[in-house]
Amino acid sequence: MSRTHLGLPTFPQAARLSTRDEQLRANLRHATSTIRTKRATATSELSDWPQLRAAGAAIKDHTLHHLDHYLEQLETAVTTAGGTVHWAIDADDANRIITDLIHATGESEVVKVKSMATQETGLNEALTQAGITAYETDLAELIVQLDNDRPSHILVPAIHKNRTQIRDIFHTRMGAWGRPAPDDLTDTPADLAEAARLHLREKFLRTKVAISGANFMIAETGTMVVLESEGNGRMCLTLPDTLITLVGIEKTIPTWRDLEVFLQTLPRSSTAERMNPYTTTWTGTTLGDGPQTFHLVLLDNGRTDTLADTTGRQALRCIRCSACLNVCPVYERAGGHAYGTPYPGPIGAILTPQLHGTTTPLNASLPYASTLCGACYDVCPVAINIPEVLVHLRERITQGGPTTTNGTKTTIKPAKRHTTERTTMRTAAWTLNHPAAWTATQRLTTRTRALHPRRLPGKTARAWTATRDLPPVPARTFRDWWQHRDADAKDTPQ
Amino acid sequence: MRVALFVTCVNDVLYPDTGRAVVTLLERLGVDVDFPTGQSCCGQPQYNTGYRHQTEPLVHRYATVFTDYDYIVTPSGSCAAMVRDNYPKIAQRATAEGRESGLSRAAAAAVPKTYELTEFLVDVLGVTDVGAYFPHTVTYHPSCHGLRTLGLGDRPHRLLQAVRGITLRELPAADECCGFGGTFAIKNPDVSTAMGHDKITHALTTGADILCGADNSCLMHLHGLITRQHTPLHTVHLAEILASTKEHPYTPATKAGNLR
Ligand code: SF4
Repeated sequence: MSRTHLGLPTFPQAARLSTRDEQLRANLRHATSTIRTKRATATSELSDWPQLRAAGAAIKDHTLHHLDHYLEQLETAVTTAGGTVHWAIDADDANRIITDLIHATGESEVVKVKSMATQETGLNEALTQAGITAYETDLAELIVQLDNDRPSHILVPAIHKNRTQIRDIFHTRMGAWGRPAPDDLTDTPADLAEAARLHLREKFLRTKVAISGANFMIAETGTMVVLESEGNGRMCLTLPDTLITLVGIEKTIPTWRDLEVFLQTLPRSSTAERMNPYTTTWTGTTLGDGPQTFHLVLLDNGRTDTLADTTGRQALRCIRCSACLNVCPVYERAGGHAYGTPYPGPIGAILTPQLHGTTTPLNASLPYASTLCGACYDVCPVAINIPEVLVHLRERITQGGPTTTNGTKTTIKPAKRHTTERTTMRTAAWTLNHPAAWTATQRLTTRTRALHPRRLPGKTARAWTATRDLPPVPARTFRDWWQHRDADAKDTPQ
Repeated sequence: MRVALFVTCVNDVLYPDTGRAVVTLLERLGVDVDFPTGQSCCGQPQYNTGYRHQTEPLVHRYATVFTDYDYIVTPSGSCAAMVRDNYPKIAQRATAEGRESGLSRAAAAAVPKTYELTEFLVDVLGVTDVGAYFPHTVTYHPSCHGLRTLGLGDRPHRLLQAVRGITLRELPAADECCGFGGTFAIKNPDVSTAMGHDKITHALTTGADILCGADNSCLMHLHGLITRQHTPLHTVHLAEILASTKEHPYTPATKAGNLR
């Protein structure tokens, strides 16, 4: 696994800085609230939305349950149609396969369609090391690449930038990568898009190898499906001689008919469009039409392990629409980079710790990066109960338990960092289950109320009292009042 | 109709006025409400922090303590949601692990009779005008578990609209979380505070003096931020507004900062 994130700050550490970045907060507030409202309108237009959502979940669950069968069917269909299928066990494996395939073409440049799978494996970095230059052609990915930044959103990787910042990046950086931006570039969307179009066009026309992901793989025919808005994907998928597609194994669906559901739910959930402008499908290779060589690299990278977890496996239904990011109040304030991985937001908080384990401090902090408010579950077009999985992963961290790593069942130990919390929780649970002890604790709290300050020392307490006063402790508990209410009925308030 | 109050552990110790308000309100509506003293906590803090096993004895306790009642009424959306949404899951998981030990029966008994206060008023008693009087400007924050897990919908609004003397103001971005989230407030203090400040800013733009909610844990977080900022806003539980009448107006006996 090439991305273990050792040494990266934990989510709360990163968020400590990002929540103070006023520009970032303003950019995110604006962008997420706009798309949030649009999504709500786009989905409310369909009277059968709840049914579509249930159908999407059911199709995914069925496929995941029979994934071995459908993957074999897919492999056979792709091979019959003239493609070559490769199996990648992890990120390094995938990167090595792809690097070798590119080397075999004799090329040293590739164009890329936006792909989460290649970000997950860190493909661009691996290609750079192998002397291959990868050009991102999605507008937002291009911005991030030019700026040497990291994506912060799965659909809009440059969501943390505003138009003026983007204009400045185009101005200063485009020339180093190819055709420079015009000197009089303004920050209007049309101007920015035109500059990107001209910059990218020469790459599309020159480059012989393309790399893509896929939104869906149809097992019955071996067809790949890519949904996009800008048309850059269509260019990459049709112009080059060689096309290499890296896809997570969970992207399989059985039949074309199943696509009907997702073609309705995905665009509306992600860009709030009724239909995305470009849907490209291809099946192997076709003589004289499009790439003449097609390689499909199927990526596991922790997915089979995730599939073994009965509660956590629902995360594999995800169609990467990003609706959960756009409604998440934590994401909006912390920003995507705080999650430290290519998958930010609620889905990242349940996917990353499952794909890569909870052993690094960062990954172990992700399941706690949520108030469990449930806004993500509400909007998810495949009904992933994200809060349920978050709590499940918290349990794995605090209490340990059975898990699957590299295909082997293991029992992980409770995390050391939670020792004090574990003791507190055990004591509290015991007290709450023993009425005499609970009443005594309450009495102690109320009797010592005058001693309770509104700010407290100690790390945990400070986390509350640095910004918030503690509530004052009343003179009497409710139960004390209840037990004596007849006696002191006279001074009962209200 | 045998009705029990599940006051919740937070209200019992920190917000007894809310419990008293529920009793006052229900008795005024002719309900004979009881408070079985064996009750403690629904187990939500343990469960949500990842201590499912520690929650199991509390599931048993809850079911046993309330065995003799037809209805359990609680002034907390998140505690009602804990029982209704998570008790069955806790039982299922334990069963799958071969430790069923009566948890399924306990959950099955507890779930159908657990009601959040506004559900009990509107759905069971069939009232929206509870005869309250509260001459203040109020904005209502629907806490997440009440809003999404229980689907309380417009019940709190209908109850508030029927209160005499009240001026209700719509809270912008009402459905957004306040940032409390139990241990989230401590594990992620910066994001929690940022969310809380935004909620308070929204409440202030309404011009309301009172930020009302149906979950005191959220109000505890918001109130803590408000008093630190010295903002002219008070937090009051919905039950206390509904209990308030002309004869016995709302008096925050145990709260810091008196309402004028
Ligand atoms: S978890 Fe659901 S809402 Fe989030 S990206 Fe995946 S499909 Fe979309």
